[in-house]
Amino acid sequence: MDLSKASFWGYRRDNGRIGVRNHVVILPVDDLSNAAAQAVENNIKGTLALPHPYGRLQFGPDLELHFRTLIGAGSNPNVAAAVVIGIEDGWAKRVADGIAATGKPVAFFGIEGHGDPETIKRASQAAKDYVQWASEQRREERPLKDLWVSTKCGESDTTSGIGSNPCVGNAFDQLYDHRVTLVFGETTELTGGEHLVAARCRSDDVRRKFQAMFDRYQEVINRHKTSDLSESQPTKGNIAGGLTTIEEKALGNIQKIGRKCKVDGVLDKAETPTGPGLWFMDSSSAAAEMVTLCAAAGYTVHFFPTGQGNVIGNPILPVIKICANPRTVRLMADHVDVDVSGITRRELTMDQAGDKLLECMFRTANGRLTAAEALGHREFVLTRLYESA
Amino acid sequence: MIHFVVHEEGDGVGVVVMEGVKAGQHVNGWIMEQNTDIEVVAKNDIPIGHKLALRDYREGDTVIKYGVDIGKVVKPIAKGEHVHVHNLKTKRW
Repeated sequence: MDLSKASFWGYRRDNGRIGVRNHVVILPVDDLSNAAAQAVENNIKGTLALPHPYGRLQFGPDLELHFRTLIGAGSNPNVAAAVVIGIEDGWAKRVADGIAATGKPVAFFGIEGHGDPETIKRASQAAKDYVQWASEQRREERPLKDLWVSTKCGESDTTSGIGSNPCVGNAFDQLYDHRVTLVFGETTELTGGEHLVAARCRSDDVRRKFQAMFDRYQEVINRHKTSDLSESQPTKGNIAGGLTTIEEKALGNIQKIGRKCKVDGVLDKAETPTGPGLWFMDSSSAAAEMVTLCAAAGYTVHFFPTGQGNVIGNPILPVIKICANPRTVRLMADHVDVDVSGITRRELTMDQAGDKLLECMFRTANGRLTAAEALGHREFVLTRLYESA
Repeated sequence: MIHFVVHEEGDGVGVVVMEGVKAGQHVNGWIMEQNTDIEVVAKNDIPIGHKLALRDYREGDTVIKYGVDIGKVVKPIAKGEHVHVHNLKTKRW
């Protein structure tokens, strides 16, 4: 596809980033605040609560990741404004201040000393103002390079490595040439193909950092494993779909980074990249965790290839599903945005498949809802590093 | 009609991409990287997405797919047989 003059229609935020959605989020800092956040969502139409089960007695790097993920989600340019609710004022203010650095409207509310009904009343007033303000924001035409695209695959099978993952790779190669900001991750799911990723790193420095992240995650596996991880990684679904070993799964997985693009840098979990190019994020291979980390890092469109038919979505990051398995495309058509099963029949070339995905990407960026959005999939799953205190 | 796909020449396994492959069936394969054809007789019923052997393997042999090591053979496999968790294991974990 000729992308030299390609553009999309997005929402410009005060920090210069461009969003493709215009959500007003109600963001709980902790598990205790979910009820109030969901009550506000129910009161004020067009808002989006992001409930999750954590945020109490976390400490150290695990707490830092918690804040980075919540602040990142609120700061994502797909979010127009945010209402933060916490059991205590202090951490709610910390999250709100982090989001406010982007220049977008944000308010915070602590429940203690007020109770749920009073907090819901005050937060609903703020949410109403924000949602009416956001409804007057208009899309403007922006160059392709203002789009940030993440990828992670799930419920993979052998057709993922044949069709849907190299289809993403084809699209990534094309986007990379036009200075789009890209990311992939799934650290343990490179096992058996890590040397191929290392060989693609831009410099020795990037390679050394990638290898350190890979080796650290292998240590986690080795410390806790009680078997060869069969049925966990690969999953039971992967195995039902024909994938046998982690090496086979990994080699299929890394088809997503195409054949040409270089790994320009590495990111910690939920860390925002500092420039265009392909980034590797040290991350879990669990679908909702990884996609949530991409949303928190600021990515605005996600490519999600699947073989057996993962149904995942994300509240703020539109998730485009790509599938090459003819059986899954038949049985789970409602969840598939881009059918590339023609690859397995030799009817669709990889270039054609990549272009088909890019076409869907532009339509999604311009406002078309993905299957996951239409079906209400809003998985918002925070990564934890260890036990709470 | 393509019954199975092979990533590249030299790979020891192909992936069945059609439903209903039966034991004894002559199946046609497509080697994607070189865009060439290959034919094998399936020795088992093989579900869509599952692998069939393109050569004989002895216990301890390495299976190559994508031109890369994907694990070790733990039970002998004959050309055309189903290759999966019962006869192939990871070398890593």
